[in-house]
Amino acid sequence: MTTTNTNIETFKYDNRIVRAFAIMTVVWGIVGMLAGMLAAVELFYPGANLNLQYITFGRLRPLHTNAVIFAFVGNGMFMGIYYSLQRLCKARMWSDKLSWFNFYGWNAIIVAAAITLPLGLTTSKEYAELEWPIDIAIAIVWVAFTINLMATIIKRRERHMYVAIWFYIATALTVAVLHIVNSMEVPAGWFKSYSMYAGVQDALVQWWYGHNAVAFFLTTPYLGMMYYFLPKAANRPVFSYRLSIIHFWALIFVYIWAGPHHLLYTALPDWAQSLGMVFSLMLIAPSWGGMLNGLLTLRGAWDKVRQDPMLKFMVVAVTAYGMATLEGPTLAIKSINSISHYTSWTIAHVHTGALGWNGFLTFSVLYYLFPRLYKTNLWSTKLANYHFWIALLGMMFYIVPIYVAGVTEGLMWKQFNKDGFLQYPNFLETVVQIIPMYKLRAIGGTLYISGMFLMAYNLYKTAKAGVFEPDTEAQAAPLTRDYTEKPGKHFWHHWLESKPIIFTGLAIIAVLIGGAVEIIPMFLIKENVPTISSVKPYTPLELMGRDIYIREGCVGCHSQMIRPFRSETERYGEYSKAGEFVYDHPFLWGSKRTGPDLHRIGGKYPDAWHYNHLENPRSTSPGSIMPNYPWLLSQDLDTNALPARISALRKVGVPYPVGFENGDAQKDMQAQQAKVVTDLKVGMVTADPNKEIIALIAYLQRLGTDIKAAPVAPAAPLTTK
Amino acid sequence: MSVILILILASLFMALVFLAGFFWAVRSGQFEDTNTPSMRILFDERMPEPGTEPAKHETPKKKISAD
Repeated sequence: MTTTNTNIETFKYDNRIVRAFAIMTVVWGIVGMLAGMLAAVELFYPGANLNLQYITFGRLRPLHTNAVIFAFVGNGMFMGIYYSLQRLCKARMWSDKLSWFNFYGWNAIIVAAAITLPLGLTTSKEYAELEWPIDIAIAIVWVAFTINLMATIIKRRERHMYVAIWFYIATALTVAVLHIVNSMEVPAGWFKSYSMYAGVQDALVQWWYGHNAVAFFLTTPYLGMMYYFLPKAANRPVFSYRLSIIHFWALIFVYIWAGPHHLLYTALPDWAQSLGMVFSLMLIAPSWGGMLNGLLTLRGAWDKVRQDPMLKFMVVAVTAYGMATLEGPTLAIKSINSISHYTSWTIAHVHTGALGWNGFLTFSVLYYLFPRLYKTNLWSTKLANYHFWIALLGMMFYIVPIYVAGVTEGLMWKQFNKDGFLQYPNFLETVVQIIPMYKLRAIGGTLYISGMFLMAYNLYKTAKAGVFEPDTEAQAAPLTRDYTEKPGKHFWHHWLESKPIIFTGLAIIAVLIGGAVEIIPMFLIKENVPTISSVKPYTPLELMGRDIYIREGCVGCHSQMIRPFRSETERYGEYSKAGEFVYDHPFLWGSKRTGPDLHRIGGKYPDAWHYNHLENPRSTSPGSIMPNYPWLLSQDLDTNALPARISALRKVGVPYPVGFENGDAQKDMQAQQAKVVTDLKVGMVTADPNKEIIALIAYLQRLGTDIKAAPVAPAAPLTTK
Repeated sequence: MSVILILILASLFMALVFLAGFFWAVRSGQFEDTNTPSMRILFDERMPEPGTEPAKHETPKKKISAD
């Protein structure tokens, strides 16, 4: 493919943008991991939040996940993409302005997250907690990034698109669709919204999104980076370029269907569960294709791995990727999932991927980039090696205890004694059993983050010792064009014709958003016919209580989905039916039981029990690790917010009567508040009806009680598990 | 549950977009050569030492030493 072209162009790669993203990667990595550390400590020392509502585990967890995923990995991915894409395309980024808009926009979004999440301004949907104004900002910044990416690819000087570029395209396009579909919400205030979807629908959309966020935010961009940085660092070509092409296409096709594996044995239809399971198992092949390709690239270069810390990190990253992508499909097998779901095993799995794959690969790229950006050697190879071993040890101390914790939880919950009763009927017995594991995990986290500090110092000293090269000059011939533009009468015609991809892309985006906005409500509101006639919308007071439950992040520790296993129905009551959740905007099924499931908590304990338990959980449940919630007793309920919330919920299909919020709702609320206060008096508790805790108690007491209103004949036989 | 229709449509849409991309790639010869791309990236970007000439330009066919 030789084109004799005397038209060699000189251009410059933008390194400033790479440096900016690199620095923020390190900064947010430290912030996100510190948040994780605090969360880890809170699990065995609930007083660690110092009675501050802003940093309870419930509010801190989304801060941690958002910081490490979107801030740490997000900036890391932009760092890697902006560096490698330019060099693979032999072209500078199409627009420096868009590059910096991407940088400032993305990091402003993260700052907004850091402020809003501790304030409890959250949607509660995992990895999509940020409220609607920030969601809009994410969409805008992401589109800007996508345009910059695609335009750079279009004006490339290297015709062949290296496989990494395909991974980056998949990332940009798919994340856009996922974000838009999952963020369909109706505002009920400046930082409050309700999901357009409810119950089962919301669960399905959420985990279609959630798993594909793993696929297209945590995996594909990093695979692209692996395919660039590993060969470059080892100075060896990828083991099999053909394999990289095959596994790319297989990966992106199979991944999208794996979402239902987050919903096994829940109220999702069986065929959807099986589909998710099968596709998840199929995913082992393309994932391991990537891992093997990466590791085998190092054939004959293992001595370099011994000497270069960057390659050490890369090898562990790719290996951890293999581990996580074998474990994931294993956990997606229904029978194994029946033990692992809601346990710490899921957490251990996540952190194999997060600490091993994402963390170590980010460190690897940082150690590669800084010397090259500053044209000097890494300040201390020894320190980098210390980082490697300390971080690796930290990873082990995290993952192994949490595996043990997860399996312990799963088995203890299911244990029956020989008389046919639960061996451990008190949930707290399980909690207490795994506290030592939580402590070990915190040690692991401390080691891992210590490594981060070593790295930050090392990179800082490297920068100080070197000279930053803001632009790297390069030369290449442009691609030959098929035709030349004709100015004049047919200018616009030719202009459009010559930009088919951008045009198509914009058209697609427009159609997608328009379609989504129109199609989705049409389907959902029509479907909002209750399948269980006794299930009714939440009362105004219960609604306010539910919003407090969301604000405090209760869903982070408590599930609301009882699976059809005898071990669960014995412990919690009748298993959860899909029809019970039709008015749940958003759904609150949860994915982890640090505390017990709450779906049938309604009526189980007197109001006073809840009052005392929320004020200080240890007063009713010795050994509990739940934090105190004293502010619920002192803060007034924000009743002014009620009308907007009711009208927003009506928009998404909850059948509140028209005009209900103009007086009747308030009367209803006051009556129910008075009733709760009366009930509390019986339990020797004197309370002010206008405090938040009254609303939360009303909500908790409603949970799961609707189906008891009318007698329901038992459905299919329960699985004995 | 009917939202699954939307999810399947969205996923199918993405799949079709990528399928179109795949066909484009095959037609425009992206997969004609699956041997040299992996080595090409290793020859990019010689970082100029301070005081030396800027980067040399690439020739499409380079003598590649056996690995």
